Amino acid sequence: MTQSPETRSDPALVQEGMITRFLRATEIDTRLLGMIGALVLIWVGFQIAGDLRNGNGVFLTPRNLWILLVQTASIAVMTTGMVMIIVMRHIDLSVGSLLAFVAVVMGYSQVYILGPWLGVGHPAIWIISVIIGLCTGALIGAFHGYLISYAGIPSFIVTLGGLIVWRGAAWAVIRGETVAPMDERFELMGGGPFYSSIGATATWIIGILICVLILLGIRSGRSARSKFRFPQRPIWAEAFLVAMGFALTIGTVLLVNSYYFPPKLAADYAALHNIPIPEGGLLISRGFAIPVLIAAVVGLGMTFIATRTQFGRYIYAIGGNPEAAELAGVNTRKITLLMFTLMGVLAAVSACISSARLNAASNALGLFDELYVIAATVIGGTSLAGGVGTIYGAMLGALVMQSLQSGMTLLNFDSAYKDMAVGSVLVFAVWLDQIYRRRAN
Amino acid sequence: MSEHQHASSSATVSAFSAGRKPIVEMRDISIAFGGIKAVDHASLELYEGEVVGLLGHNGAGKSTLIKILSGAYQRDHGDIYIRGEKASIDNPRDAKRYGIETIYQTLALADNVDAAANLFLGRELKTKWGTLDDVAMEAATREVMGRLNPNFRRFKEPVKKLSGGQRQSVAIARAIHFNANILIMDEPTAALGPQETQQVSDLTLELKKQGIGIFLISHDIHDVFELSDRVAVMKNGRIVGTARVQDVTKDEVLGMIILGKCPPGAIPGPGALNG
Repeated sequence: MTQSPETRSDPALVQEGMITRFLRATEIDTRLLGMIGALVLIWVGFQIAGDLRNGNGVFLTPRNLWILLVQTASIAVMTTGMVMIIVMRHIDLSVGSLLAFVAVVMGYSQVYILGPWLGVGHPAIWIISVIIGLCTGALIGAFHGYLISYAGIPSFIVTLGGLIVWRGAAWAVIRGETVAPMDERFELMGGGPFYSSIGATATWIIGILICVLILLGIRSGRSARSKFRFPQRPIWAEAFLVAMGFALTIGTVLLVNSYYFPPKLAADYAALHNIPIPEGGLLISRGFAIPVLIAAVVGLGMTFIATRTQFGRYIYAIGGNPEAAELAGVNTRKITLLMFTLMGVLAAVSACISSARLNAASNALGLFDELYVIAATVIGGTSLAGGVGTIYGAMLGALVMQSLQSGMTLLNFDSAYKDMAVGSVLVFAVWLDQIYRRRAN
Repeated sequence: MSEHQHASSSATVSAFSAGRKPIVEMRDISIAFGGIKAVDHASLELYEGEVVGLLGHNGAGKSTLIKILSGAYQRDHGDIYIRGEKASIDNPRDAKRYGIETIYQTLALADNVDAAANLFLGRELKTKWGTLDDVAMEAATREVMGRLNPNFRRFKEPVKKLSGGQRQSVAIARAIHFNANILIMDEPTAALGPQETQQVSDLTLELKKQGIGIFLISHDIHDVFELSDRVAVMKNGRIVGTARVQDVTKDEVLGMIILGKCPPGAIPGPGALNG
């Protein structure tokens, strides 16, 4: 420990060189590795703590991890937008209230307008109400964006106002009632009912599709670079990345497919579809839950927007140097307006997931979500100074936050202590990140 | 009075340029911030293949005048003519349409993205799908950077990790790649070491040879004398005078900068000290 640099053994130095070379060749973000490491530590830690405290840890079971993914979906969707908002040196404090407002608008429209009009259970109800929700979110987001970019009011103030206004507006729409139940097709977006997960076969198909996409992506990258004779990543590094991608995808597929429906529900299903129940009970895999798929699609889409489109490029450029972006001819006001509109849409997507999961809309939905979203984004490596942040980092941050919460719940922590722990972890994570950045520079 | 001055200076300048038409004419430009007249009825011309050094103290209005040309500020009064035609320049995008590129004192780069992203910022190349064509942009960046700075290899790193000279060459590469025909260099060497300054000077002369008109803003009178064909001096937002570098001495130009006194070899402007 107290060895001076001169007496440090040679193998350590060689190994350090190898690790650096490995990271350079694979172009893996070291902070991503750090986050994955932290996540593994948290998961294993809760498993061991459960073993010690209750005699059997349940954290690392398919059931718990499946639920964990479903619970993360709503926050994860909103972090993808929050990253880009924070990257362009703004903040959105209103997403939790916006979620509640959109949820009650959708709930109200389903129960009091569309239900009576089309007849309860009509297949168009969920589509119309989702469209209403997304448009409401987009309009409110655009309104925030207009006030920020064209009226010049700081985003902190506009969205702080929005935090109060939209929570109040949500109350006003339904006079504080809870609207329930939601349309039964709409409810599938929450991951609760039987058909809200897609089953083993569809899950395998999606898993294999993802593997194919990974291969295609790597190949098209190589062919584009060879066309211009640019330096290529070494083959072994590419192979390693492909292998990691495959392992992660197939591992996730196996995980969600090994969480089965409880025997009672499976028996009901079998009776309904005239399936004979084999010896030892019927095992029906859940597979991916719909909210998790929604979050995954949103994550992919937002990563595409952030890295492959001009809009995304402008957001990062504005975050790096707003004046330079303006001087280079970027219409920063328009970009700001569009980004807040997009954030409103994402909050509406989360409103669908949250209200479907609860099977009800109330004005208390999404309370404090803005804080969890911002915390997850920051834990995921987004710098509040702007310019730096990744979508996948923020989504991982959301998973870290949710892991802490549900891990402590499994250990029967009081919610007061849970809050204290989560808050402290946020500060601790940012402190670690600061140290890392200072070392890196 | 300014009407008369303007007329007389135009007459003499066209005599100097032997009938050539200026590519840029800024006529009677004014802008005020609050109550302060940052630029006060300034007129200035630029010809093809000419370097005009714009000199003056801090706050003399040179950067402000030039930012009006580059579209960063909107003028309160006056007109800009590009190749004899009235131009409407209200923002940086407009200026770029007229082939005006600017290299700023403050190194206007987005620090967190790489050289190619900066070079094409605002004018990204796209694939047939409408997505960013990063590979094509990197190829173009490698090509133009290879001409400017053959040792440059750090194409994948955010520009904040580059040295001052490398960053400035990214900014200059932007002007070259988009075939600027009017180039504004606002203190291009302020952040650079001596060797990098020399590099930028060589480059300036090379661009001039290609027929590009260049406004060079600088504190450094030696730099300006070395590179410019003409100098224009500003004081308190007004043009003290313009002169061909061979018609005036450095001391006389210093007198223009400090005292606003126009020497016999120069054409006096509205800001010249009377008497």
